[in-house]
Amino acid sequence: MSASPAADATLRSVQFRREREGTWRQLEALLARVHDKGLGGLSAEELATLPHLYRATLSSLSVARAISLDRALVEYLDSLVARAYVVVYGSRERARRRIGEFLGWRFPAAVRAARWHLLLSLLFTLAGAVIAFEMVTRDSDTYYLFVEPSLAQGRDPSASTSELRAQLYDEHDFDHGLTHFASKLFSNNSRVAIMAFALGFLAGLPTVFLLLYNGLMLGAFAALYDGRGLSLDLWGWLLPHGVTELLAVILCGAAGFLLAHALVFPGAEPRLDALRRRGRQAAEIVLGAVAMMFVAGLIEGIFRQTVTSLTVRYAVAGGSALWWLVYRGGFGRARVRREGLPWR
Amino acid sequence: MAVAGYLDRRGDGARRREIVTPEGIPIQFTLASIGERATALVIDLLIIAAVVIGVVIVASLAAPGADGWVGALALLLVTLLRHFYFAYFEIRGHGATPGKRAAGIRVIDARGGSLEASAILARNLVRELELWMPMTFIVASSLVWPDAPAWMWVVATAWLVLVSLLPLFNKDNLRVGDLIGGTLVVVQPRVQLRADLADAAARAAPVGAPAAAPGAAPGGVGGAVAAARAAAAPRYAFTETQLDVYGVYELQVLEGLLRGEAAGDAGAVQAVAEKIRAKVHYAETVRPGDDERFLRDFYTALRAHLEQRLLFGKRRADKHDR
Repeated sequence: MSASPAADATLRSVQFRREREGTWRQLEALLARVHDKGLGGLSAEELATLPHLYRATLSSLSVARAISLDRALVEYLDSLVARAYVVVYGSRERARRRIGEFLGWRFPAAVRAARWHLLLSLLFTLAGAVIAFEMVTRDSDTYYLFVEPSLAQGRDPSASTSELRAQLYDEHDFDHGLTHFASKLFSNNSRVAIMAFALGFLAGLPTVFLLLYNGLMLGAFAALYDGRGLSLDLWGWLLPHGVTELLAVILCGAAGFLLAHALVFPGAEPRLDALRRRGRQAAEIVLGAVAMMFVAGLIEGIFRQTVTSLTVRYAVAGGSALWWLVYRGGFGRARVRREGLPWR
Repeated sequence: MAVAGYLDRRGDGARRREIVTPEGIPIQFTLASIGERATALVIDLLIIAAVVIGVVIVASLAAPGADGWVGALALLLVTLLRHFYFAYFEIRGHGATPGKRAAGIRVIDARGGSLEASAILARNLVRELELWMPMTFIVASSLVWPDAPAWMWVVATAWLVLVSLLPLFNKDNLRVGDLIGGTLVVVQPRVQLRADLADAAARAAPVGAPAAAPGAAPGGVGGAVAAARAAAAPRYAFTETQLDVYGVYELQVLEGLLRGEAAGDAGAVQAVAEKIRAKVHYAETVRPGDDERFLRDFYTALRAHLEQRLLFGKRRADKHDR
């Protein structure tokens, strides 16, 4: 340093700032560019220096807190570090890799870790189905209790057997109306599924209601067709997409129960910690379920209306059931054994 | 903690939150206000609406007559935006959607870890319950539930109001999604480094000029600056006893005064200078009109004194701290 008497008297904190300020300014400039253009605006080299600059500035902050009484400096470093922190610890993996991770192990692992919630969700759906089936078989008028006219679209006890049958095998052209139908189904289903999850926040009671209601409709349909000896045809119509779609709804119900579980029985964890851990797991289940519904919507809107062979329909249904079983049962097990569950 | 201690006195203390980074160092954020969050939400909703309307117009112009396809596309788009717009942009934009960026706020992990995609997903899927469902119901209840009784509309409205007011009723302004995702919404920190009052060289630079241009090595002090520094050498000296009167709090109040934070009080500098002289029994005379210089020198001397003590592990919080 140039040795004027004043320089000798320079405060340590002033000296400290003079030495480190370059690093801070560099970090600041990088952050400004990330803010304007995103991480893509940085070169590979700059991207690699970012964490180093962040750590260096972080250490400056703790030194400044220990030795400097310049409030402006400490506040500046505090903000700079906070700003760098959100970039460095914001999510940064590439999208493709993330999707691969999700499908490859996180989603099946999330579902496996929620197997009891899944079972509960399945039981409520089945309970609804059995109740409605029994009631409608005994008294066909109760059908109207479970299925709204807008959903039934003429498929009710007043229809003749041949009408009901025609509905199942009605061949449509691959026309505009159908694509609309498919996207409408997807939109409705995903909304209901996400609600089943979100309503878990109200201790899971509305989730129970949604699942039961879903089961009741299913049971009522089954009873109606069973009464006319059309069971085999109905399931052939319903299951190719229904395997995937029903599973997705049940998964979302399980996600809702995960939230309810964390809220009502947090166990040894603080309630908010439990909610946060299970909430993340549940969110991934819901994301996967929405993707499943998209697939189901495609099958329902396009495949079902163009393929009328019962054998092919059952083959698709059986195939998708087998696939989901293998996928849920097997994918990502080794990874979970190695690393444990990713939600903490 | 001492740092939080003086920050608290700045008035926004109630909204400051400290998180501990994975490196183990606590850093401070300011919670976003309800107004900022509402602004961000409105901007995002407008963007969503603009995108949907734009795509529908373009699609119907591009493929006239194919109403079925356009309708299907629009519905699919609405569904995807509704469920994933917020999550997508928060994952891509380090916790900020375009609306949040415009409002200067962002999402962080409440515990200081990295902001995980699953947390973002969780906090945004709940919007279905908090935002979309009630909103659809209020705007067009016939779409959700044809022939819904009027009381249902009242219930939905009450629900929306209740849920959207939830952030007002907890200290961290959390909405249900934040609870489930374990996130906080904070103000994007503003970064501005101001000149060091105790650094004579920096002080000699004109007021308002940046202390150093980005990249300029702060150690490289030019000859002109060195001369300025010599000119800025302390004019007033103080004894140990005189400096022992005050603590860190008073030092930083003085810093605020010298930085012009006590706006609208022109006589403040003179008043404070006189008060300090009386308190520390300052014997020498100070030229009239030289009060600011006196205060700067006192600030520098006091800071040197207190920082010296700090090195030995003695932090004197304020004048009452013995």
